[in-house]
Amino acid sequence: MPTATPAHYKNDSPAGFPDVDPGYKHRLFEQVMADHRMPDYIYGCYECGICVAVCPSARFYDFSPRRIAQAVARQDFELVFQQMQEDIWECSQCFSCLRCPRGNNPGGIITVMREVAINEGLATAKQALEGYSRIIYKIMSTGTQVSPDMLQPDAFPDWGPEVKDVSVNLDLWRRALPPETHHTTSTGWSVSERTLIELYLIWMQTGALSMIKDVDEGLHMILEEVMEERLEEEGIEI
Amino acid sequence: MSAEPVSVVLAKKQRFDREADRRSADFHEEVFDLEARGEWIVHRVPEDHVSVSTKYGLSKKIPRSHLWHHKSCGQCGHIPGYSTSIFWLMRKLGYDYDDPRDQTSCTAWNYYASATSNPAAQAAVALRNFAAAYETGFYPLIHCGTSYGHYKDVRRELLGHPELRHEVRKVLEKLGKPMVMPEEIVHYSEWIHALRDEIAARQVRDFSNIAVSIHPACHYYKLVEGDAIFDPDIYGGQRTAVVTGIATALGADVRSYSTWFDCCGFGFRHILVQRDFTRSFATTRKLEVMKEEANPDVVLTHDTGCVTALDKSQFAARAQGHDVDVPVMSEAQFAALAMGAHPYKVCQLHWHSANYRPLLEKMGIDWRQAWAEFEAQLEDLRDGGKEFITWDDVEA
Ligand code: SF4
Ligand code: SF4
Repeated sequence: MPTATPAHYKNDSPAGFPDVDPGYKHRLFEQVMADHRMPDYIYGCYECGICVAVCPSARFYDFSPRRIAQAVARQDFELVFQQMQEDIWECSQCFSCLRCPRGNNPGGIITVMREVAINEGLATAKQALEGYSRIIYKIMSTGTQVSPDMLQPDAFPDWGPEVKDVSVNLDLWRRALPPETHHTTSTGWSVSERTLIELYLIWMQTGALSMIKDVDEGLHMILEEVMEERLEEEGIEI
Repeated sequence: MSAEPVSVVLAKKQRFDREADRRSADFHEEVFDLEARGEWIVHRVPEDHVSVSTKYGLSKKIPRSHLWHHKSCGQCGHIPGYSTSIFWLMRKLGYDYDDPRDQTSCTAWNYYASATSNPAAQAAVALRNFAAAYETGFYPLIHCGTSYGHYKDVRRELLGHPELRHEVRKVLEKLGKPMVMPEEIVHYSEWIHALRDEIAARQVRDFSNIAVSIHPACHYYKLVEGDAIFDPDIYGGQRTAVVTGIATALGADVRSYSTWFDCCGFGFRHILVQRDFTRSFATTRKLEVMKEEANPDVVLTHDTGCVTALDKSQFAARAQGHDVDVPVMSEAQFAALAMGAHPYKVCQLHWHSANYRPLLEKMGIDWRQAWAEFEAQLEDLRDGGKEFITWDDVEA
């Protein structure tokens, strides 16, 4: 029997997640809409599909920036909830969709939806960040993201045998780099101590550190300890 | 009805004018206005600069010298020949610079991958770096395309939202740093573009037989599009002029292809935890199309993520029958090679995955000899004669 589900819904039950309290879905939607960026990111939608045509993720996933823009423009909080569960982590954040003739920014809407998903500790946000905590730890604690010592053949077997050459010769090859800031292996460049302290203060003052509490409690604990200890040593009160 | 001949369509396109309603507003006035109201200090572009035109005809000042290098974590981390080549070019042209330790990443790679941050944190990180540059007197030059795009976006948000400025000001006060906004946010590829004739004047290797395809970085020209460099003499002003400008100035044979505007597939989180997507996109939508339509000797781009996605995707794709085998590098490394840079000591090509050796041969570079020279330097490090290779050693 054909279902009455609108064609733009991915699941058979309208927008899926029938067990989730609609009030909760609505609160999440309101959080998305309350973000100061949203008035600049959605102006309605022509349904022209230009954003889909330019979208790399639409090519390889069941994913569409048009659906995102439309759900938000129609204030369809059920569908927005479904997208926060099923779609948003597929986006490449390339912002090709800024080519929208209506002036929308579907990629930007997704950034906001992701932030809400992280803040709320949604199960799919946790899932999306699986295998990613090492990277968050690196960027938040050292101020640089991809360090040379992350280039290990077991982590990047698909990048070819050159990765092994790099990891075997890492210390030597780093010392062969003429810029003095590049002689590091555990950070991209050498970052001064004072700079790191300032960065920790930023994470703590802006609530960026607390954001990960619900998605990765262990990581949050470790980072908080590292930062508090360092700030305490400097006699800085938070 | 018969189709119009391509030449007629192209001729029309050459008179291409942008519609007025798509023009982005000139942010400079607002930036200076906030300074006049005591909200922040505007870090002015040094006197020694070149003026270029951006997408909607606004002028942008590109500083020549006295630059503060805002490094990229991905470049320094796993494509170190990228940043080294930028420094090398600047040294060769005789311009002074600062390579600071008082610099963090823009942290946007993580933000676009995991969203474990927020606008206030992102703006505070940006302004902390801007303040650090201001304190040295050197002008910020941004190495990464994503940092550049993200910082332009941060500027746009700060201009539009007083409450965000207020929040960031409180954080910076706690750090003891002033609120600073540079007059222009400048990407290194803009510096190379603006100085392309100076670079070409010092070219020592002939690149006229080198076929090049260009991948422009999304975060360079799609994020805050109005602030990217366009030039009526390059693609009739319809595509960003950076990278193509320098490749043309160096006499290379620039060849276009139909998916020029497509992303590289980097994806921020995908390149780390979902590389099947990155590999599929980079291979089938970019590299194979280039190969089929343009058959380049090298792919040039101007961003960390794009070099990574296009270079590193090739190995595993080969196992699946997608054998593109084309070297990928930044235009900074390409320009450095043109000016005689050493492929290993400076351009550090041994950190790249796709096979670059046939390209070096075509450029007239004996890579076996070059590798032996590099190895000899490594020997000095191995036997303890030296702890580090210095800029002087590179020139020796
Ligand atoms: S930002 Fe996301 S939605 Fe927009 S084009 Fe890129 S991948 Fe698609
Ligand atoms: S490009 Fe803009 S107007 Fe067109 S479908 Fe996408 S969001 Fe809607």
